[in-house]
Amino acid sequence: MREQNILVVKDLSLELDSNSILHELSFELKAGEVLGMIGPNGCGKSTLAYSLMGLKGYEPDSGKITLKGEDITDLRPDQRARRGLTLAWQEPARFEGISVRSFLSLGRKSRGREVTEEELEWALEEVAIVPDKYLDRMVDKTLSGGERKRIELASILLMEPEVVILDEPDSGVDVVALNNIGDVISRFRENDTGVILITHSEDMLELTDRAALVCQGRLFKEGDAREISGYFRDECLPCEDEDINRHREVS
Amino acid sequence: MVEAYRKAGGQDVFADSDIAHVVLERDRVMGANTVEGLEVDIEKQKPGMVAVRINVLAGAKIEKPVHMCFGVLPEKGKQFIDMDVEIGEKASVEVKADCVFPNAISVEHRMEASVLVKEGASFIYRESHFHGEGGGVEVKARSRIDLEKASTFKTYFDLQKGRAGSVEFDYASELQKFATLEMVARMQGREDDRIRIKEAADLTGRGARALLESRLALQDKARGEVLNELNAVAPDSRGHVECTEIIKNEASARAVPIVDVQHPSAKVTHEAAIGSVDSGQLQTLMSRGLDEEEAADTIIQGMLNG
Repeated sequence: MREQNILVVKDLSLELDSNSILHELSFELKAGEVLGMIGPNGCGKSTLAYSLMGLKGYEPDSGKITLKGEDITDLRPDQRARRGLTLAWQEPARFEGISVRSFLSLGRKSRGREVTEEELEWALEEVAIVPDKYLDRMVDKTLSGGERKRIELASILLMEPEVVILDEPDSGVDVVALNNIGDVISRFRENDTGVILITHSEDMLELTDRAALVCQGRLFKEGDAREISGYFRDECLPCEDEDINRHREVS
Repeated sequence: MVEAYRKAGGQDVFADSDIAHVVLERDRVMGANTVEGLEVDIEKQKPGMVAVRINVLAGAKIEKPVHMCFGVLPEKGKQFIDMDVEIGEKASVEVKADCVFPNAISVEHRMEASVLVKEGASFIYRESHFHGEGGGVEVKARSRIDLEKASTFKTYFDLQKGRAGSVEFDYASELQKFATLEMVARMQGREDDRIRIKEAADLTGRGARALLESRLALQDKARGEVLNELNAVAPDSRGHVECTEIIKNEASARAVPIVDVQHPSAKVTHEAAIGSVDSGQLQTLMSRGLDEEEAADTIIQGMLNG
């Protein structure tokens, strides 16, 4: 892990339909660092992912996002992606008529790099997929959700991003794939790619260097992954309290 | 003619003596070749109108696809083709037809076809259109298709290069016992192009099967209309109607599936999806660095090729 911050998020706020979804969220990420974001369902984790990616309808109302020293707050998703920020979706889309081979190549090509056959094979092997059986298949309904997740991770490996947001990579995948996600995260770390790992699984937090607890659109607690994981298990899961300020007093 | 076809990206097979072919520019026969088991008879009936009779003899298996190239090279012109196809019992053939109108400003291409696929025979017909950018092509194709017992007919139509202009299809078919039909059309339209597809299949024989599938991508002020009709009157007959239309800008699309089932053991399903490019797909590709236009084009091409 390098020491310099590759991504800096400062006071990010977002309202959707007059409801505050993200509230003055701030954090930093270093190159090669894996930052876990844990929180209960509906706490704003995926919204944070979409807002960081700049998706339509999730543009922040205030705050600033800086990638490698450049303010990207007003950039479109494709512009952010070309600069090295990307997102692995919780439920990857299906694409009729687009082969795994083409899909894998898209991100890398948009960053101005060609893809060789060897690289395609390498990327699929990294996510435990047999290249010969999959390269010419379509990324459509004939692939399971788990297969599409792995293929998406392979496409991002090939893209060599500066920062990747993994939105619940563990949901809907089997145990073998779970182990594999750990390997992929290690690969990102080796490549100095910063990882924001969004999850509600304590097991996944073990793969991180540091973690943050998201509650009602706020970064409620930040620190050692085990500490955050323990707090999440003991305090958040049984919690039905909607008043985050009361938690602040407790903590 | 072949040169125009080649420029449009077509395969040059017309010099190969092992491959049966017909090349027609308006009413002029520019080339023809046949192979054993295949009879082709071309007759000019009146200016601009040609009758083409194709007969595959019973039991003949035509190994290599038969190539047909139809078209109008000048900016203005007419081509009327009266086609009569008979595939003999247990024969099999694949036809690849390419229709080329590279310079069209006011071109009319009409096809009236009668297709008879006899018992146990198989006929695959792939038609690709290469239109110019002027949008001045008017295509009208009408076919009557009869499929005898245990025969198969598959037809694939695609128009993905150049502007559609005005395209109108009217295909009607009747399937006897255990006959199989697949009709697939993939087209794109832009500016003020008009596309109308009407396909009907009557499943009159036990165990007959039919698939009617249309995929249209429309943008600007293009309009598309798909009318599919499947009538399942025989026991154990099966059918599926599928229509996917993607629209952009001010384009509009309409799909009218008619499903009529008249036997309790018959089953017909239909799916229709009309709308803009899926936002989840769009956002995924944008998060890979494709701008909105590139992402939409990639999704549309995928849909048309899928």
